[in-house]
Amino acid sequence: MGAKSAADQVARVSYGRLLALLARHGIPLSRAEEVLSEAFCAALEAWPREGVPDRPEAWLFTVAKRRYINQHRRERVRSTAEETIRQLLEEQGDNTPETFGDDRLKLLFVCAHPSIDPAMHAPLMLQTVLGFDAAMIGAAFMVSPEAMAQRLVRAKAKIRDAGIPFAVPDSSELGPRAQTVLDAIYAAYGNAWEDVAAVDPRIQTTSEEAIWLARLVVELLPEEAEAKGLLALLLHCEARRGARRSRDGTFIPLARQDTRLWSQPKIEEAELFLHAASKLKRIGRYQLEAAIQSAHASRARTGQTNWAAIKLLYEGLLQLSPTVGATLGQVAAVAESDGALAGYQLLERLPREKVSRYQPYWVVRANILVRLGRNKEACLAFEQAVALTKDSSVRDFLLNLRSQYAQGV
Amino acid sequence: MQYMIVMYENNDAFASRSGAEKEKYWGAWAAYSKALLDAGIMTSGHGLQPPASSTTVRLRDGKRQVQDGPFADTKEQLGGYCVIEVSNLDVALDWATKAPAASYGAVEVRPILVR
Repeated sequence: MGAKSAADQVARVSYGRLLALLARHGIPLSRAEEVLSEAFCAALEAWPREGVPDRPEAWLFTVAKRRYINQHRRERVRSTAEETIRQLLEEQGDNTPETFGDDRLKLLFVCAHPSIDPAMHAPLMLQTVLGFDAAMIGAAFMVSPEAMAQRLVRAKAKIRDAGIPFAVPDSSELGPRAQTVLDAIYAAYGNAWEDVAAVDPRIQTTSEEAIWLARLVVELLPEEAEAKGLLALLLHCEARRGARRSRDGTFIPLARQDTRLWSQPKIEEAELFLHAASKLKRIGRYQLEAAIQSAHASRARTGQTNWAAIKLLYEGLLQLSPTVGATLGQVAAVAESDGALAGYQLLERLPREKVSRYQPYWVVRANILVRLGRNKEACLAFEQAVALTKDSSVRDFLLNLRSQYAQGV
Repeated sequence: MQYMIVMYENNDAFASRSGAEKEKYWGAWAAYSKALLDAGIMTSGHGLQPPASSTTVRLRDGKRQVQDGPFADTKEQLGGYCVIEVSNLDVALDWATKAPAASYGAVEVRPILVR
């Protein structure tokens, strides 16, 4: 393996681990990031010349730590706390730890601390655990690189100034705190998932990395049923990636996807995690969402969708997590299992102000109206949906449906 | 680290300091202060008189402007504070959650500026 690819691989696998280790030694996150990226630069320079070291992680850790100590010597020591850290680091000298403990979980809990703006949880994770740069994260969250960089700097200043601890919460707090970590991973994945056309390859990377983070939490918190539920959900979604678009890039909705294009290994893996989650006997939002996707996945085997089961699962989901998305999922399932009229009646009961700016509402409405033979109204609903659709392939798909039904009007 | 725990109370809470609920109100605060003192983490702290007793002053173009009432006219007003010395934000948040004002008003946790 070449020195460059060795460095890339260590960066991929160890970035978060190394950053967590530096942070555990009391180095503020933003400084730890600086010295770690300097260490990676040094590796790219030294490894081709001297060969890849036996323990690349240890090499990088030592270089990063030395950089921090040296920079610190040059600076005026600002507080006694930092002085103590400096002494601690110097006392350890060059004794690199034999085994690298895994502090990435602590890092995840820092990033998703409730005292940090929830919108920044996922970006912070992508940067600190996976080493994404602000431009990449900005692309995934549709924010300019400058704005994202500024927000990340602000969030890290808050971590430092507010004294957010680098620790896994007590068992009494672990459940809710783990939930915020999972929510951030879900947000990172969801952002990438929206990008149906996959215009930006960096966004596809984000969804893969979100799955990687979910795997990490499953591994580090084996008793957390919802972590397994989230991983199962993401794997089910990911299994359908190849079926979401035709060769020419046209969007294909779930109901019309060719199930032979779904990834069976990913579906099987999702099922394993969902089963393992159910054994822990603590139901939660992500397990129910994964169960809904699991029911859809059965179509690959049975050739049909069990809408009655999906309807029940949505009812359960709405009790745990009454979101607009889940409500519309339920309406769609009712329309399929109990008939379009039942779905329409449910739809009419939704408060308009809550759903009128929500694209899926208009899509569900249009589909139900089509089935009721009310094509004229359906076309109006399709137009509303189009106006709220960001992705051009989805927009084309909806416009196509609209013109199809407009002909009969 | 040192944190200021800032208590915000609504009108009902200020009223209950002297009304029928008075024993309950002061009992809760006495218990909270005692817990802070017993833990040995309290650096300082005070309750404040109601916002009606407050006066705000500004110096503009060398002229003093004095105004009746607190700085901001909001539903919840500053009712008291304490400064505690604890290891990190999570511990400070735990103590803030125990403050009586957390259950009927709001409690802000702010690190003390060290220069």
